[in-house]
Amino acid sequence: MTTLPPLPQKKLGLVIDLDTCVGCHACVIACKGWNTQSQPSPLSDQDPYGADPTGTFLNRVHGFEVQPPEGPAQLVHFPRSCLHCDDAPCVTVCPTGASWKRAEDGIVLVNEADCIGCGLCAWACPYGAREMDMAEGVMKKCTLCVDRIDNPHLPEEDRLPACVRTCPSQARHFGDLNDPDSAVSLLVAERGGVDLMPEQGTAPVNKYLPPRPRDAAPDDVDVLAPYLDVVAEEPRGLLGWIDRTLARI
Amino acid sequence: MYPARSLIAFSTLSGLGFGLLVWLGIDPAPPTGWVALVFFALAHGLCLAGLAASALHLRRRDRALKAFSQWRSSWLSREAWAAVAALLAGGGHGLALMLDQPLLPLGWLSAALALAAVTCTAMIYAQLKAVPRWHHWSTPALFLLTALAGGALLSGHVTAALILLPALGALQIWTWYDGDTRFARSGSTPATATGLAGRGSVRPLFPAQTGSTYVLDEMAFVVARRHLKKLRVLGLAFMVVLPVPLLLLPMPHLFGAVALVSHVAGVVLSRWVFFAEAEHVVGLYHGRG
Repeated sequence: MTTLPPLPQKKLGLVIDLDTCVGCHACVIACKGWNTQSQPSPLSDQDPYGADPTGTFLNRVHGFEVQPPEGPAQLVHFPRSCLHCDDAPCVTVCPTGASWKRAEDGIVLVNEADCIGCGLCAWACPYGAREMDMAEGVMKKCTLCVDRIDNPHLPEEDRLPACVRTCPSQARHFGDLNDPDSAVSLLVAERGGVDLMPEQGTAPVNKYLPPRPRDAAPDDVDVLAPYLDVVAEEPRGLLGWIDRTLARI
Repeated sequence: MYPARSLIAFSTLSGLGFGLLVWLGIDPAPPTGWVALVFFALAHGLCLAGLAASALHLRRRDRALKAFSQWRSSWLSREAWAAVAALLAGGGHGLALMLDQPLLPLGWLSAALALAAVTCTAMIYAQLKAVPRWHHWSTPALFLLTALAGGALLSGHVTAALILLPALGALQIWTWYDGDTRFARSGSTPATATGLAGRGSVRPLFPAQTGSTYVLDEMAFVVARRHLKKLRVLGLAFMVVLPVPLLLLPMPHLFGAVALVSHVAGVVLSRWVFFAEAEHVVGLYHGRG
């Protein structure tokens, strides 16, 4: 059914820390690696070793520059994946019921066996979170690794989305954003987590933690500089004689 | 947005076909016998060709029938139902006329269903908030007016065509004029897209991938945007400006046919522009707003 379920009790999602993300793309690779072998069909690539390689990815990391009115520009690494919106436009546009939102935890999923590959859900998503698999002809998207987080056969520390499990700078966090006492909700409250494109009215579950203010260089940073001044402005002695002689030639 | 040939053919041909069904349906003295057969074969042929073109857009055509299941929430699913219902009602109406047993209420029903089908087609685009240029009442208005004008030309309602064509031209010009500012009015910027608003000016610095992606190819189409102004003028000239004087000339069958060909060519150009110039907010992540 592609009507949205009533708001779930549990809202599983990611919290992404734009302050600590170092832009290493490990989450991109971990996501591709897990989901290419766990979904009903692989996440295909086209011409992977040729001149024009492309492929299906469920998570990608961009680089943005923020230029404040004063001071140096700041670089922000920006991972982008499905935000599992409360009011997901990708679900309601689907003509077949392949695109759906799980009632118990709000995860937005695609049933590949029902997908006709019309692409309308990808058009409806403001965030570019869905990509067509060109080999299979069906839409692929982030599942929050449903086959890891619910999987009793995995050790408990691995029951996390692959991107969160692999992140070396702990910039990605996973949890229930509907529970005000969960670790992710406390993090969002403490750091002022924000929604992406709130004006689109999608009510995303995933939150982004903005970069912390950078330390500003104080004016008297140069306390040792007077002691480091160049002592001899002009060479003297033998060096001075060579310098003068060479200058005359 | 990528101007897929399948979608341009679909919306142009099915618009013409359903427009013709509307005029045949509301005609108080519709054609009968063999003439009716020709008209209804033309209408159904155009609609079915359009629907076949739309099926080409699907990557899994083997599952196309599943698209009828979600009529409660999806405009695409409603479009499928409305199209089939309009073709069935129109077919019944046409059959009755061929047998010289007109059933005018069935004609009115087929006209209403044909209008519903065109409205559903337009709503597939107008519902998308992520494409501010389309997310507007002018999208269904433009599709409906185009279908009615094309149908009037096809069915030989010259007086109606002479009113509808200038109205279509005016709406098209206003839609282009107003549409040019809709993205800015939507409020989405690189700053809101990244949650970095209020920190300074935000711009994409390096892309997330070395090659292209499905999202870029499909939703950040910028090729040939530099020709859009010319294509708009050509589209308007063929769709509206040329057909009007042609309809006023003597020998209506000859010049009417020329007017029709010109109109259809103009609609194709206008639909190409409709897709190619539509900016998706996802372009903000890629420096292609």
